[in-house]
Amino acid sequence: MCTLPTSFTPYFLIAQRLGIALITLVIVSFAVFFATELLPGDVAQILLGQAATPEAVAGLREAMGLNEPAIYRFLSWLAGLASGDLGISYVNNMPVTQLIGGRLISSLKLAGVTTLFTVPIALSLGIGAAMARGSLFDRVVSVLTISVISVPEFMVATLAVVIFAVWLGWLPALSYGVEVDSWSAMLRGYAMPVITLSFVVSAQMIRMTRAAVIETINTPYVEMALLKGASRSRMVLKHALPNALGPIANAVALSLSYLVGGVIIVETIFNYPGIAKLMVDAVSTRDLPLIQSCAVIFCVSYLSLITFADVIAILSNPRLRHR
Amino acid sequence: MTKRTLSRRLPTPRNLGYSFNWVGRIGLTLILFWAIVALIGPWITPYPVGKVVDWDFFGPMSQKFWLGTDYLGRDVLSRVFMGARYTVGLALAGVTLACTGGVILGMIAAVVGGWFDTILSRLLDAFNGIPSLLFGLVVVAAVGSSIPVLILTLAAIYLPGAYRFARALAVNVNTMDFVTVARARGETTLYLILREIFPNILGPVLADLGLRFVFIVLVLSGLSFLGLGVQPPNADWGALVRENIEGLSLGAPAVIFPSIAIASLTISVNMFIDNLPTRIRDRSE
Amino acid sequence: MPQTPLVSVRDLTIGAKTDSGRKVHIINGVSFDIAPGEILALIGESGSGKTTIALSLMGHARTGCSITGGQIRVGRHDVTAMSERARQVLRGTEVSYVPQSAAAAFNPSQRIIDQVIEISTIHKLMSRANAEKKAIELFRALALPDPETIGQRYPHQVSGGQLQRLSAAMALIGDPQLVIFDEPTTALDVTTQIEVLRAFKSVMQKSGASGVYVSHDLAVVAQIADRIIVLRSGEIQEEGPAQQILDAPTHPYTKELLAAFEPVPHEAVAAGEAKVRSSILRVADLHIGYGKEFGREPALKVVRKVNFKIERGRNLGVIGESGSGKSTLARAIAGIVPAYRGTMEFDGKEFGMSLANRSKEELRRVQIVFQLADTALNPSHSIEAIIGRPLTFYRGLKGGQREARVIELLDMVKLPAALRHRLPSELSGGQKQRVNLARALAAEPDLILCDEITSALDTVVAASILDLLKELQRELNLSYMFISHDLSTVEAICDDVLVMYNGEVVEALPAADMSSKATHPYSRLLISSVPKLDTGWLSGLEQDPELVAAFSKR
Repeated sequence: MCTLPTSFTPYFLIAQRLGIALITLVIVSFAVFFATELLPGDVAQILLGQAATPEAVAGLREAMGLNEPAIYRFLSWLAGLASGDLGISYVNNMPVTQLIGGRLISSLKLAGVTTLFTVPIALSLGIGAAMARGSLFDRVVSVLTISVISVPEFMVATLAVVIFAVWLGWLPALSYGVEVDSWSAMLRGYAMPVITLSFVVSAQMIRMTRAAVIETINTPYVEMALLKGASRSRMVLKHALPNALGPIANAVALSLSYLVGGVIIVETIFNYPGIAKLMVDAVSTRDLPLIQSCAVIFCVSYLSLITFADVIAILSNPRLRHR
Repeated sequence: MTKRTLSRRLPTPRNLGYSFNWVGRIGLTLILFWAIVALIGPWITPYPVGKVVDWDFFGPMSQKFWLGTDYLGRDVLSRVFMGARYTVGLALAGVTLACTGGVILGMIAAVVGGWFDTILSRLLDAFNGIPSLLFGLVVVAAVGSSIPVLILTLAAIYLPGAYRFARALAVNVNTMDFVTVARARGETTLYLILREIFPNILGPVLADLGLRFVFIVLVLSGLSFLGLGVQPPNADWGALVRENIEGLSLGAPAVIFPSIAIASLTISVNMFIDNLPTRIRDRSE
Repeated sequence: MPQTPLVSVRDLTIGAKTDSGRKVHIINGVSFDIAPGEILALIGESGSGKTTIALSLMGHARTGCSITGGQIRVGRHDVTAMSERARQVLRGTEVSYVPQSAAAAFNPSQRIIDQVIEISTIHKLMSRANAEKKAIELFRALALPDPETIGQRYPHQVSGGQLQRLSAAMALIGDPQLVIFDEPTTALDVTTQIEVLRAFKSVMQKSGASGVYVSHDLAVVAQIADRIIVLRSGEIQEEGPAQQILDAPTHPYTKELLAAFEPVPHEAVAAGEAKVRSSILRVADLHIGYGKEFGREPALKVVRKVNFKIERGRNLGVIGESGSGKSTLARAIAGIVPAYRGTMEFDGKEFGMSLANRSKEELRRVQIVFQLADTALNPSHSIEAIIGRPLTFYRGLKGGQREARVIELLDMVKLPAALRHRLPSELSGGQKQRVNLARALAAEPDLILCDEITSALDTVVAASILDLLKELQRELNLSYMFISHDLSTVEAICDDVLVMYNGEVVEALPAADMSSKATHPYSRLLISSVPKLDTGWLSGLEQDPELVAAFSKR
């Protein structure tokens, strides 16, 4: 039965996956670099404006190293990234590292709180819906998740504002300017962004979890358990769920990658001082070094989540675990 | 026996496997409604789209202005009708480009295989490693926003996904014996792709096109909402929400109806696709 | 009958909902009894409802089906009237189940022992230690290797034949009164099947339980069943003791089934023995493998050192079990998988190894027909397009000329001309295989490679396809290379036979001498393992255990 080549040990597969992630990261950063440095044309001209003299532009080009070949600039930028030197902002001449630092932590806090909030709720709803497949509960959950998935994140946000801030008046609509001096204030400040993000992420997570569990419930070995006289709960808990754990963990990690897109909209709407807001502002001022760095940070987090999902999928395969 | 085979031969929608339940029909009706509005929009707007027609801004729904007025006092119904053109049109153009490109490349990769497949798959997988909205942000930051740039960006975002999907389907079909028979007969790659593979992945590809259309509408609306999509004075639905976001606390119809328009389009596409007969939707993955 | 039957089924009706929402009866008024200790076989072809009936004895109906009428009594329980909860108590303790594919029915993430004793855990029958002890006894009774430790492994760590026996242990742990065997040996190779069948028979005799044995294979059933019920489209055709069904069938359908079993010895096309035969295909020292070709030698070598020749108008059979490399050999001759060493000569000329190295004319002269007609016909092309394509491709036929030839070809394979407007999905399995054959004939080949083309068909249909092949050969002076795992099929159509084992040809001999003159131990084992239509065959069969150990994949 066991005819897999010896090279397919889990460790080998994981190492291979990590290698692919690393190569992907290089390609992605090249794409980001290409888009921000080469597409816009002459950066020096843009910075100085149309009125600048050709001499001034030439001088700035020299100073910025723009006359070097693109591949050299890419490599030195990459080397800078790797050593933590993200360059200098065009707009306010501050090191990008300094601009990003605090903002990144705020965004991570937002994502962390959302994750803590979402995972237990989404898992229980998703598994519950799969177990009660076809019931009223399942259909209600399905309709709700498909509705949330089908509307833009900003609509979920505006709806949340209308309900919690305008109608009920429980929470402030914006986080900006809230003094974080007490637990309740902090809770209130985080509440709206977290609620919005949670809706977006958990809808994905519920759908994927439900699908993963249903797939294992439909296997012959679960039918076999039924024919052994197992109760419905035993079939699900002893036979379906242990085999669905890998796919579920995979679904969780993949759904969390939706945080990356969601956070961009949510931070903008609620004026939340995170890295996404910083980036959207940088786009409007065309502050390219800042955009590059933010984009790479987003890609890194996105990639690590999907790679993590893959690694879990590999580890959870019983054929690979017990050789 | 003869009777049964005969009744199965009659080309009624049910026999062809194309019958929908009522949810699917509602979805289809809404999709057709917005498609028609997008097509004939300029001729049915009650007021000129850009014209300030009312002194009152964020006006309520009334006999004169069915969906109220916006932050400048323009007619919302007219603007939503025109917005349909941008939202539906741009998304359709984007999804068509993405799926055409993705499906063609995917089928070639599946049939040709070898290093061509490996390199293309790795490369496009890498591009899948960029979150979609972020990609849009970076491109718009680099080259500014215009209609062609938006279409190309949206297409570029969803091409890798369409490729991956079509390739997976085509790889499955490619392992089927009828393709092997055709190959052993000496058929060319082009024949294999067009006659043997394409007809057998068409159904799932069309269903996938619908889902991708929804994602494109969402990303486009998101970009416009951030002010990076369709630029004023033109506006798609996302931009309409952005313009009128101030009216949110007033509960103004000007901000509610564009949102409803987006939701009605995306939800109806999802409803339609989800209720397609399994024969079409079935993914041989 | 003096004693009350253990099971009695009266007027059982099971309904199903088709994809288009129509309700149909798949089981129609079936009644039968099973006496205590008796093994009853349900025989029928695909779609006869045999598995559906067997599962209904446990009160289970698969998704989309439901028991709509009649009564099922097992022991003192009325299964049809029971609540689902009461049925749970019944399952495993009174009635238990041995699945068709044990590989799929074992949970991949649990140790085997936990699954084997699960019934005793669910129904709280005994302590865990006792259950494990009993399981080990059963493993021993089922002749499993390492009975003490095999339970500690995971399902993917043991072979298919072992899993199938382990699933019997799983069914017997709760001392059921009735065990349902659902085609438990269908997926196994013949040499493995013997072992499993023997193990089943001895544990069932020991336990004294009644059994229901579901199968499509009369010869297998004859070895284990006391009584046989012949089913067709959800209705009973004939019922009787095994011996009577085999010796004196009364129903015409049963007779047809038995007739399909009778070996029809093949007579070589009499083209005059004196005439010197030219060889159509000559193969020397052929090596075939899959995988990357860095230094020309592929990573996975599947076939080694194959030599043979096929004479014009004669047929070569290639026989072997799964993994013997016989299908790969056919693919290499067709050029689909290029051989990496050796030579091929077609009609006296050197033959290219890969498709790219062969001319269109050379490709035309060798055609391949695959096992599964379902996947061999493009589901989106009409029959006319499927058969017409080789005509256009090789001969440039178009329009009316092409249509006329398609009708001719359909006629050749005994199909009505009107069929050409249909899609493959609208044809039966046998019809599809005929279309599959017609497409190969359209190229007017000299050699047709038949890869297990009758294996997926029901016995009666398969027999008619074999007749068709013989008839076509007489008319068209074709040669066949016939790949099969089934000895009787090969005997029925081939002049010469190659026996393959583990990628090599172990013996080559005339088909007529197959049973009498085979000398290689593996050939002997293979020949002796084919079940015979004789109730005493298995008990009388003596095989050298060392031989079995050496060649069978248990």
